[in-house]
Amino acid sequence: MSTYLDAIIAGFGGQGVMLIGNLLAYSGMNQGLNVTYIPVYGPEMRGGTANCTVVLSDEDIGSPIIHRPKSLIIMNRPSLDKFQARLEDGGVQIINSSLVDAELAETKRVKSVFVPANDIADEIGNSRMANMVAIGAYLQATGVIPVQAAIDSLENVISAHYKKLIPMNAKAIEAGAAHVA
Amino acid sequence: MSELQEKLVFDRPESVIDRPTHYCPGCHHGVAHRLVGELLDEMKLREESILIGSIGCSVFLYNYLDIDAVEAPHGRAPAVGTGVKRARPDKFVLTYQGDGDLASIGMAEIMHAANRGERICVVFVNNTVYGMTGGQMAPTTLVGQRTTTCPGGRCRDKEGLPIKMTEIISQLGGVAFAGRASLDSVKNIRTAKKYLRKAFECQVQDRGFGFVELLSACPTNWKMPPVKANERIREEMIPYFPLGVYKDVTEEGGAC
Amino acid sequence: MADKIFIKGNEAVARGALAAGCKCFFGYPITPQNDIPEFMSQAIVDAGGEFVQAESEVAAANMLLGAGATGVRAMTSSSSPGVSLKQEAISYMAGSDIPAVVVNMNRGGPGLGDIGPAQGDYYQSTRGGGHGDYRLLVYAPATAQEAYDLTIKAFDMAFKYRNPVMILGDAILGQMKEPIEPWTPELPGETEGNDWRLDGAKDREKRLIKSLFLDEGALAGQNQRLQAKYEAMQGEIQYEAFETEDADLIVCAYGSIGRIAKSAVRKMRQAGHKVGLFRPITLYPFPAAPLLELAKQGKRFLTIEHNLGQMVDDVRLSMRTVADSDFFPVYPGNLPTPDEFEAPILKSLEGK
Repeated sequence: MSTYLDAIIAGFGGQGVMLIGNLLAYSGMNQGLNVTYIPVYGPEMRGGTANCTVVLSDEDIGSPIIHRPKSLIIMNRPSLDKFQARLEDGGVQIINSSLVDAELAETKRVKSVFVPANDIADEIGNSRMANMVAIGAYLQATGVIPVQAAIDSLENVISAHYKKLIPMNAKAIEAGAAHVA
Repeated sequence: MSELQEKLVFDRPESVIDRPTHYCPGCHHGVAHRLVGELLDEMKLREESILIGSIGCSVFLYNYLDIDAVEAPHGRAPAVGTGVKRARPDKFVLTYQGDGDLASIGMAEIMHAANRGERICVVFVNNTVYGMTGGQMAPTTLVGQRTTTCPGGRCRDKEGLPIKMTEIISQLGGVAFAGRASLDSVKNIRTAKKYLRKAFECQVQDRGFGFVELLSACPTNWKMPPVKANERIREEMIPYFPLGVYKDVTEEGGAC
Repeated sequence: MADKIFIKGNEAVARGALAAGCKCFFGYPITPQNDIPEFMSQAIVDAGGEFVQAESEVAAANMLLGAGATGVRAMTSSSSPGVSLKQEAISYMAGSDIPAVVVNMNRGGPGLGDIGPAQGDYYQSTRGGGHGDYRLLVYAPATAQEAYDLTIKAFDMAFKYRNPVMILGDAILGQMKEPIEPWTPELPGETEGNDWRLDGAKDREKRLIKSLFLDEGALAGQNQRLQAKYEAMQGEIQYEAFETEDADLIVCAYGSIGRIAKSAVRKMRQAGHKVGLFRPITLYPFPAAPLLELAKQGKRFLTIEHNLGQMVDDVRLSMRTVADSDFFPVYPGNLPTPDEFEAPILKSLEGK
């Protein structure tokens, strides 16, 4: 069975969507997969959503740009408005239900997984780690690579200056996964 | 009969190639070439030098100096010189540019190379006209001077005033030496050589950018005999382009 | 896997240049290639080289000309509008036999266009780009690894032919991150170019590097030498052929569009359609001979580009006596995706 999964990760600028996009790609690479990561940049970044696209595959990757993704991580309302309709039938979306009204999410055509990422992050003690909660939930829900792979790859994406925050990030990833499990 | 004693009192510098030039009678490029050649000899730089040729009458300078040379696009000699010097900081790098090349199309390159303090020397020959292309208006053409593109004379309101490059260059931080001399008389030629030596020394001593403007005659395009052209330098050019040292970091209080 | 690094295509180009012994970099800011000068401003200095942020792309390219004339490995990078400004010096370098590497991360045009990906500079890259008759050897990487590998190769080729070599990417290649395995090539050492470079006329005749040839017959001679050089470059042709053997239809696409088309081809293969991909890696010289071979086998062709149709001219010229190519454009300003390629591929496959 070949592995292939693509994801668009979207939210407000500052929610750390680029960081967890990088983390997902690094984790895939460390698991021996081919990966691509491409951010939206420039003027588009100044609108409602910042987003990036990650592709994980055991074959060499063709397009790094995906119009109809197989999965989504939706961190805010504008991102849901923009990307939900593009999610492939049968795809899975992780929705940050702390900021997005769950009633807006499709549940029949696609699988929606609701994670109150900001609330869970608050409980851990740092609301800025909502992104880590979301990626933990994403890995648990899709099973594309082990949750532990992301925890092990944290040191690849968090700069040395913030190294002391790695254990708390790991805790947030685990909490997100636990919420879905 | 006493034996005839030959004593050599004047010879061609080793750095200057023994061949006829393409310059018109009365043109000062030959004088400027010789000054550069003498200094390359005296400072023992010939074997270490890389010349950046430019576009204009002096484009063939590389045929007259016995040193390595590369040809730059019009106005870009200071950028090419930057590339050469950064790649080979151990070499002596000089550009030789006319007024159209340096003060018009190459204005950005000369300003920024000077401002960065590139360790290169620029010999700027100002004869107030585009010579090679047939006598068109230059950025240094004097007000009232007739050229083929300002046949009624340069007009201040339409074409602006002639640009005083040495004054401008001397204001930039990276410049170690900036001076203006004239090639109209023996006395002024000696001063020109002194300035060129200073500029060359500033590079050799890693002090900064060296810039020397040489007021020169172009009898052909000025449409006057050489002697008259020399007079024109004295009577018209020098009053507008005052001679002197404008910046000299090697001497305190050297700047005027 | 520990030896892999996860970087943008822009950084892969910069790291490739450093691995190839690039000692001078001359840059100017323009999106989407800024990662290259930003990376180089520190890394090349750490490697004992020189970085200059030039006053303009014009100046940066002329600095490249100067450094190249001394036989030092040097590079500049830019994106479309900036590359237009560099054409003056590129023409002079080609005319003066000066080796150099020029990177173009193609963005949308014409004019200021946008900062997204596009392939509108194909003609400019493969037809010379500036004034006069000349060609650059042009590499079009599709992955970050290729960007690294081909940048290393570009330096070797620049010195082999004493000619500017271009790396033609786009905003996708530049901004996308992928894992690469860096490697260190064997470098030519201090003697590279010592039979022509400018380093002072000591114990030898003076040298002159120029593109002005006024003596009777001199310029014709230079153009003839250049022509011979371009003919010799034909030996450097590179391309990727994916599932072409039994294909009825071959999609021709280069760079990022090549890899995006590959996704479409793969998907359509799974659906049982006999389609393949031909991806030129050298755009000049264009891999005409292998394409003609495929044409002789009676296959159909569809060229897909992120422009209004430029490489398709070369595809058609390659096979002009035996076949033709359909064309599907992605308009610069739109982001290409594999899904939109499926309908035109099907249409060409059925010969409609």
